[in-house]
Parts: sequence; C-alpha cells; structure tokens
Amino acid sequence: MEDLKKYLTGKVLMYEADTLPPETVKVLSQIRREKTDRPVIYLSSGTSSKIAGSEKTYSAVSTYITENESKAELVMVGCTGPANFEPMLAVQLPGKNKLFFRNITEEKVEPLLNGVFHNDINKDDLIGQHGSTGFELWSGIPFMEELPFFAHQKRVILGNCGCYDPESIDEYIARGGYRAFIKAIRHYTYEEVCDIIEKSGLRGRSGGGYPTGLKWKQALNTASSSRYVVCNAKESDPGAFTDRLMLESDPHRVVEGIAIASYAIGASNAIVFFRRGSEHARNRLQKAIDSARDYGILGHNIFSSGYKLDIVIRKEPGAFVCGEETALISNLEGKRGMPKLKPPYPTSSGLFGKPTVINNVETLMNVPVIMQNGPEWYRTLGTAESPGTKIFAVAGKGRLSGVIEIEMGTSFRTILEDIADGIRDGKKLKGIQIGGSSGSFITPENLDLTVDFEAMKEQDLGMGAGGFVIIDEDTCIVDLVRYYMEFMRNESCGKCIPCREGTGRMLEILQSVIRKPSDDDSGTTLERFKGVMQLETIASVMKDTSLCGLGQTAPNPFLSALKNFREEFEEHIFDRKCRANVCRGLRTFSIDVDKCTGCTVCASKCPVNAIYGTRLQPFFIVEEKCIGCGICYDICKFSAITVK
Amino acid sequence: MIPLLQEIQDQYGYLSEEIIVKVGNFTGLSTTKIYGLATFYDQFRFVPAGKIVLKICNGTSCFLNGSQSVISRIREETGLTPGQTSRDGVYSYEIVTCMGGCTNGPLLTVNGKYYTHVNPEQIPELLKKLRYIIESD
Repeated sequence: MEDLKKYLTGKVLMYEADTLPPETVKVLSQIRREKTDRPVIYLSSGTSSKIAGSEKTYSAVSTYITENESKAELVMVGCTGPANFEPMLAVQLPGKNKLFFRNITEEKVEPLLNGVFHNDINKDDLIGQHGSTGFELWSGIPFMEELPFFAHQKRVILGNCGCYDPESIDEYIARGGYRAFIKAIRHYTYEEVCDIIEKSGLRGRSGGGYPTGLKWKQALNTASSSRYVVCNAKESDPGAFTDRLMLESDPHRVVEGIAIASYAIGASNAIVFFRRGSEHARNRLQKAIDSARDYGILGHNIFSSGYKLDIVIRKEPGAFVCGEETALISNLEGKRGMPKLKPPYPTSSGLFGKPTVINNVETLMNVPVIMQNGPEWYRTLGTAESPGTKIFAVAGKGRLSGVIEIEMGTSFRTILEDIADGIRDGKKLKGIQIGGSSGSFITPENLDLTVDFEAMKEQDLGMGAGGFVIIDEDTCIVDLVRYYMEFMRNESCGKCIPCREGTGRMLEILQSVIRKPSDDDSGTTLERFKGVMQLETIASVMKDTSLCGLGQTAPNPFLSALKNFREEFEEHIFDRKCRANVCRGLRTFSIDVDKCTGCTVCASKCPVNAIYGTRLQPFFIVEEKCIGCGICYDICKFSAITVK
Repeated sequence: MIPLLQEIQDQYGYLSEEIIVKVGNFTGLSTTKIYGLATFYDQFRFVPAGKIVLKICNGTSCFLNGSQSVISRIREETGLTPGQTSRDGVYSYEIVTCMGGCTNGPLLTVNGKYYTHVNPEQIPELLKKLRYIIESD
C-alpha cells in the first residue's frame, strides 16, 4: 500500500511529460481493473441506490461470493445517473465487456450471478454492455453508449461517475486525476491559471452565468494578506440533486477543482459549504480530502512547490437563503445568514473582509477538465457564448429520471423525448419547470429552445442550478405555483420588507384562489378579487426592490406561469374550476345513483360526515359539508363517485 | 459559533436552556444572542426529538407524486405541525426538501430507514406498527 502511494505520487503525478511511459500505463490499467484475472462486480452506492435498497443487494452479493467460494471482487462505485435503474449492478468477466443490470434487489442477485457465470444471461434486467478496446464483445447485447438515455448525453464531467470507487484515491489518480493540479502548481503562475479558465469561457453554473475566470481575476487582483475559496454545495432547492450525485460519485474531482481554484487566486484556505441532510456525500468528500492530505496533495508545501492549501467542510444549519453569496458569508462568519447589499462583491471583500471566490460544485467540476485538455478543446464543446456542458436533474413525470449531462445548445425537446423517454403513462405534457423554486416554465410550444445562457435570457428564462421537472396534464399549475411560493415564504430570511411581506401576501392570495367557494357570502369574494388584481403588482415590486436573489426571483414561477398558462388561472378565479382536479377546494363530488350499491364504505370514511344514505340504497353527498378531500373517490370499489 | 452549536446538538439531540446558558458563559455572549442565532436556522431544535422521527420529502418530484396528502394524513394522525414533538415524546416529524430519491416518491424516512412510494392510506398502520415497536422495547 505504502509502495503504491509512493509510486503514484512519484511516478505518475510528478511525471513531467504529457504521455506516461508504457509500463506505468500498464500498472494504471491494473488499478482501473481493466486487466483482471477474476470477475469484478460493481454495485452503485449513491443516495438514490440506497433508497432503492442497494445495501441489501450488497450483503446479498457478499454472501453469494463467500458461499460459492468465488474469486469475484465486489466494488462499490458511484451512481451513473439513471435513477430508475437503481440499484444498478455491473459484472465484468475477465477480458470481456462489462454488463449492466438494472433494479437488482437482493432476491435477484443469486439467479443473476449464477446466470452470468454460466453464460446464461437474463435479458429482462439487462441494460447493455460497455467496455474499451481490447475486450471481447458480447454478441446481441446493445452498447450502453447507444441507448437513447446515454446517446444524447455528452458526459465530460460525469465521465467518472459510476466507473470507479469514489473512496479510492488510487483509482482516481489512475484515471488521470490530480495531474492537472500538480501541473498547475509546478508550472503555472496564478495569472496563467486564471487566463486559461478565462480563455475557456467557463461560466458559473449556479444560474447567473458569470464568467468564472473573470471572477477569479478580480479576487486575485485585490490586494490582501489572505484569500478564500468557498465551494457552494448547499443545494437545497426542492427537486435538485445534481451536486449530491457528483459529490457522491466523484468527490476527488471536486477536491481537485477546489484545489486549482484556490491556487489560481492564491488562497491557502478553502471551505466546502455543505447542505444538511446529505451525510453520505459529506462522508465521501471528507474521505477524499483526508486521503488527498495523506498523499501530500493537500497540506504544507505541496509537491515541493511552496504552495500550501487546506480544505475544511462546514455544515449548513438549515436556511435556504444561505445559498446566496453574502448570506453564505454571514453564516460562515457565525452570524445569522442574512444577505448584504452588493457591492462590495465577495471577490473584493468577502469572508472576514478578505477577497473570496464562491463557486458551486458543477463549476468547479469543470476546472480540472479544462486544465487537462486546454481551453481550446473546451471551446469546441457547446455554443460560442456558453461553452461546455450542463448538468440537469431530470425528475417529475418523465419515464426516466436521474442526473444527465448534455452539451450546451441541446434542445429541451431532445432532453424530454430522447433522454427522459417522454411522459409516463401516455399523458400529455403541460410544461417543464427549470431552475427550481425560483425558476420558470417552458411550454410545449417552446420545446425547441436550446440550453444556452443567451438563448434562454432572450426568452426571459433563467438557467437555474439544474432542476428539470417534467409536468404533465395531471398537475395544476396554480397549485404548483402556490407550492413554490409556500417554500419561498418559509425560507425568506425576513431582512428586507418586499421579500418578507411579498412572499406572505402572494401566498395568501394564491391560497384564496384555490380555496373552497362556499364561504363566498361573507365578503371573501371581493377580497379575493382585490388580491388577484394586486398579484402582478406585488410580483413586480418584489422583483425590483428585494435585497437579494431570493426575493428577486421568488415571483418568477408565478410570473412565468401567468404568462404561459393564463387561461388556467382565469378558470380558477372566474369559473372556480381546476382542470387537473388537484385543488381540493374546487372539486365537487357526486354519486352515480345507478352504480352505487349502498355499501356504506364511503360514508364511514368521510372525515366530515358529508355522505348520507340508507344501507343498500344509493347514497348522496351534501355539497355544503364536503371539503373535497377525495377519500370517498379513492375508496369506492364500484367507481360510483364522479369528480367535477 | 455555529459549528459549536451543531456539535452540541449532535451530542445531545437538542439545545436545552441549560446548555445555551453554559455556552454563553463559555463564549462570553449573551443567551439572547445565541438564541437569536440558533432560531434563525431550521436545524436547531429546543425540545428533544421524539423516539420516532419521521421525515417527509416535499421536493418538487414528491410533491407532484402526492406528498401533500401524505403530509396532511400524518398531521391528522399525530396532531402535530412540522418540527413539533408529541407530548409523550414518541413522534416528531419534519418536512425536508429533496432527499434525492425522486423516482421513488413520495418518500418517507423513519429514523433513517427509507419508505418509498408512500400512500396516505398506509400511514395509520405504519404509525401503529412503529409505536408498538417502540413500546415493546
């Protein structure tokens, strides 16, 4: 073990030329388990696999190996991306391509492995094969790269995810890791690294799209005794899980990205600001940092370059607003996480008044790739204004979901129809919500829009942090907007009035729109109409006058929904109808007299006793009492209850 | 300051009044300052958590798949609002945004164990079962 460490640091990381000597390449391919004399079983182990039961699969596979006295090796790898296929298991027989299987729960393990080892493969659970040159192919089995889910992706940053054991630094180095960082600190000056990143045209992936190289230069050019790099891993938007997957599946690349960023601005301290609740990712990153320190990649005088760096992890104590730069800094300084007025920007006066660069995980993941392959290569990816790739967390009503990486300039239609494979259960698309709780909607007519900072800005859409939620006709837009507004109301920090009061008022009005109309005689109708008239005004005031990004973007879902789905709002307000039958208060139920058998089930389950009748006679619902909960509708075995 | 409180919470499960006074003596800050800081963040709790901690995911994906009715069912069954602990110290529940299992929603965790595709109809039985396990221990 000690020898391997010496070998990797001395012969690989310190090696000057770009191409390594053949004997080193051979050793590295062994570490990558490319040439093995025994079967290797890879099991994914991210959060989504854990939820799907990968821990049980793990023990089932270990039991299988010991019981059959097999020589097979079991490796825990990160997630590849498609969350529907978890727990995903791959088997690599010596000299043959890797075979991938989906949804391998514990009871499936034994028949599956028996099959693979005796050349009788169960095609039901098979996804495809994957391998590089020099491996024997399986005939009649599709390649992973050719599956629609992967074929339309461009996996530059996620390339390592799901391929290696995220807890092993040796494997990361064997895959070419950390060489970019060592090269940077040994051969480039601070300015040169900033130049490379600026030339590559990398833009911040957190939504604003600010050029990363420029940001670094601003921090570097501010005179100061010390500087800081903060990696913003506080991804707490509902429905966003891209950072988590990257940190769980490829933590070393994040460490390398942070290290290069720190070197570029001459910072000797870096902080990773972690979201509460993703312990699994945090443990992995901590392990990655510890092993990098052990290998001398972090610490004092790194590889005799005279450069010193340490990375610490800080846990976020639970406030959404802390994702905002200035609020994040207040939090790190030990204060209430409230935003401050900008300027001064963090790059001139940030953490403890020192220049601070704050980048999110995805941006930093791009950095090692650019340093390895050069800015010209990076420019060939994506569009002229937005080079590179973008990672999305596809979720919602699509047939497939998970984390995907596409080249900038890909249309939303490709993501929806090819990668996510359309909508579940043959429903119709209503829209796509991008950018999380402060994002906007893309309508079916707008699907040919491409993923590109400029093109999206023209349409007044924000890129957001990576949420991509597919919404079908069963979703009520008004209810969804109310849900986002409720989230924002809860998370508003309360420092500035437009945001604190605005989110509260908007939520109240939206709630009144979907409330039951039965109390209309007490003057609430008038109140509701007055409210509805004011909604747009409140939204625009919030947008203009709020202090930080949270308040400025909080009305976005509403404004975007109103623009694209105005008729649905009007239906709710004037006709008091919800076309998706989601809004409880607006539903009316009635019992079909011909179908009702008088079984009394609905009457006994009704929480407000609104259903009356005599046993074995048709029942009826008293509309004034009904709260529209829908329990009777779900419970009726004879589908005698209709909803309007 | 925040990491200090986080460590204490990890150790004791909550921040009691006694501990906050002690922290104040140790750091030389007034207790109001510490309360002011701690109450800003969702993580800190000032009453001990119940023996059964339910966490319900209310991320967008789970929301679309019906987490709202699960939440209202739990609220009806336990009579608690999120973040509260029942008087007998058995239940407490929290609403979280996105746990990363978006294909399996609505998602519920009970003391760290995952329950996928939760249906509101399952809630009463689940709670009964959990209470039985706790009481028989």
